[in-house]
Amino acid sequence: MTDILRVENLSKYYGSVKAVDNVSFAIPEGICFGLLGPNGAGKTTTIEIMEGITAPNAGRVLFRGTPIGADFKKKVGIQFQTTALPEFITVKETLELFSAFYANPRPMDEVIRLCSLEDILQRDNQKLSGGQKQRMLLALAIIPKPEVVFLDEPTTGLDPQARRNFWDLIGRIKAEKTTVILTTHYMDEAQLLCEQVAIMDQGKIMEIDTPDALLAKHFDGVLISLPYDGCCSDALSGFDGLVMHDDSIELQTTTLDTSLKKLLAAHVDLEGLSIHKPNLEDLFIKLTGSSLRT
Amino acid sequence: MIIRQFAALFKARTMEFVRDRGTFYWNLLFPVILVLGMAFAFSGSDEKLYKIGVVGSPDASVRILGMEQMHVIHYDQAGDALEKLARHQIDFLLDFDKREFAVNEESNKGRFLRELFTAQQSAVGGTGLLTVEAFDERAVSGKATRYVDWLVPGVIGMNMMFSSLFGVGYVLVRYRKNGVLKRLKATPVHALNFVSAQAASRLVIVLLTSVFVFSGTNLLLHFVMRGSYLNLLLLTAMGILCMISLGLVFASRMRSEELAGGLLNIVTFPMLALSGVFFSLEGSPAILRTISRAFPLTHFIEAARKIMLDGAGLAQIAPNLFFLGGLTVIFLILSSALFRWE
Ligand SMILES: Nc1ncnc2c1ncn2[C@@H]1O[C@H](COP(=O)(O)OP(=O)(O)OP(=O)(O)O)[C@@H](O)[C@H]1O
Ligand SMILES: [Mg+2]
Repeated sequence: MTDILRVENLSKYYGSVKAVDNVSFAIPEGICFGLLGPNGAGKTTTIEIMEGITAPNAGRVLFRGTPIGADFKKKVGIQFQTTALPEFITVKETLELFSAFYANPRPMDEVIRLCSLEDILQRDNQKLSGGQKQRMLLALAIIPKPEVVFLDEPTTGLDPQARRNFWDLIGRIKAEKTTVILTTHYMDEAQLLCEQVAIMDQGKIMEIDTPDALLAKHFDGVLISLPYDGCCSDALSGFDGLVMHDDSIELQTTTLDTSLKKLLAAHVDLEGLSIHKPNLEDLFIKLTGSSLRT
Repeated sequence: MIIRQFAALFKARTMEFVRDRGTFYWNLLFPVILVLGMAFAFSGSDEKLYKIGVVGSPDASVRILGMEQMHVIHYDQAGDALEKLARHQIDFLLDFDKREFAVNEESNKGRFLRELFTAQQSAVGGTGLLTVEAFDERAVSGKATRYVDWLVPGVIGMNMMFSSLFGVGYVLVRYRKNGVLKRLKATPVHALNFVSAQAASRLVIVLLTSVFVFSGTNLLLHFVMRGSYLNLLLLTAMGILCMISLGLVFASRMRSEELAGGLLNIVTFPMLALSGVFFSLEGSPAILRTISRAFPLTHFIEAARKIMLDGAGLAQIAPNLFFLGGLTVIFLILSSALFRWE
């Protein structure tokens, strides 16, 4: 697989804030690439530099081996994290407007069908609900039949059904050999959609690989979770791979049977115990320390 | 491709204007109401003051000039003054260089002032004092130009100024602030093409509005029109372009609507006050008149009045047109150099 996009030593500073701090990675053509990280990690800044919207302080972005230039905009579809739509025109008129910007746009009815916009075509942009607006913004991103689509938190604010529809849509876009680059706070979504994920924090890429490879690297076996009420910390101190949270305990183990027996022997109350295979969410929390750092 | 993008952007912006009912009606009805209201308010023509034009250095023995009801206006050229007299903009003219007084026979005020002047100067006696015999009389004729005839270019100019400056300046700043411009930046649309479409849409809108306001009020008021409508239309288009490009300069960078609104007010207010929208600047301090020459609105209103009231052709208003055109070019260069999507 050839790399469609390559990012080299990208840095972006806002005053003393290092929003992006010397980041390099490459994205193979045709995959879905997920950029994950807590709020303020630098995801939006990174992808806006890759889109050519924000100028970096250092580093460069290569599209098929050459630095991105004016022509790049004809080949990409972009959905920003926040955008307003032109006022006083309807969804349909907005689609027509954006179609006129491209030499060879996707047929309108296809866009409408892909993004399920049939019911809101005549509605004024300003009167869309949050989820409807997300679908509309996504529609604008796929109008150019892009080689690369950048989606910055495209499913934030969507209801569960709409989110599943969105996943289907990403599948269809990928089937057209389009490369998808997306940021999300939903780890299940990243695990399901992305062939590759990068976990970012404080402007740096902490890990980058396929979800399975990352999980294999950081976790062995399964995770046992227990509610924690402050008791028996002495009894627990003998366990390897134990992580204490405020109100729960997490125990990583490759030998589930032995571990459970040990817990019983230590007279730990097993009420509320759960066992699960580690997922991206566990990895995310492990790497970034918290799911909610701002 | 560029043309298709332009047409689509033009259409979207124009629809936005037409559908924004509040702004739409405000833009159309406010100037109409203002012209009609002013016409009504001044129809009594009960101005307290008499206006006397003076050429040369006045003599102290001419008592009429010392009366408090008289507003004395000095002219350098007798020709200018006679023109004003013919249009009833002054009521009486005293030319001390030629020892001549002039009256418009069609003006009641003028005839009254002649009686007053003759009576006063007949009564003066003594050496070195000018009696009425010292003056020749000169008759002038010409129809009165009503205040509304004079006002309508001012009101249209004012409306044009607000609609162009705010319609382009304010809207672009709002688009920048809420991210619409950023979204467009992510498309292949060139900034220049986008801005031209905005400007063109505004030009058509404001031009149509001006035509509507003029013809609408004209139905009721039958304005004096001594020149060509085509020239007036050309002048109006140039005036609008100039204002729009000034608006673009403001809109090129700013992100805050409040700041943009404030700055636009700082620009529009002096123009409103000094460009002679409602009242002539004649007789006001020279410094104000000099400042007002720098304003595009002054040149538009002045040229429009020359066309309508004096029947001026393109040659006579050429200096105004050149000024507007030159300023437009400067503003456009400035705004394209300054423009940022974000
Ligand atoms: N225009 C800006 N001016 C100043 N600081 C900025 C600007 N844009 C981003 N930052 C800062 O850069 C850092 C990274 O921001 P960024 O928007 O890239 O985060 P993010 O990972 O997208 O976060 P989120 O998940 O909340 O969207 C933050 O600390 C933010 O405050
Ligand atoms: Mg973000």
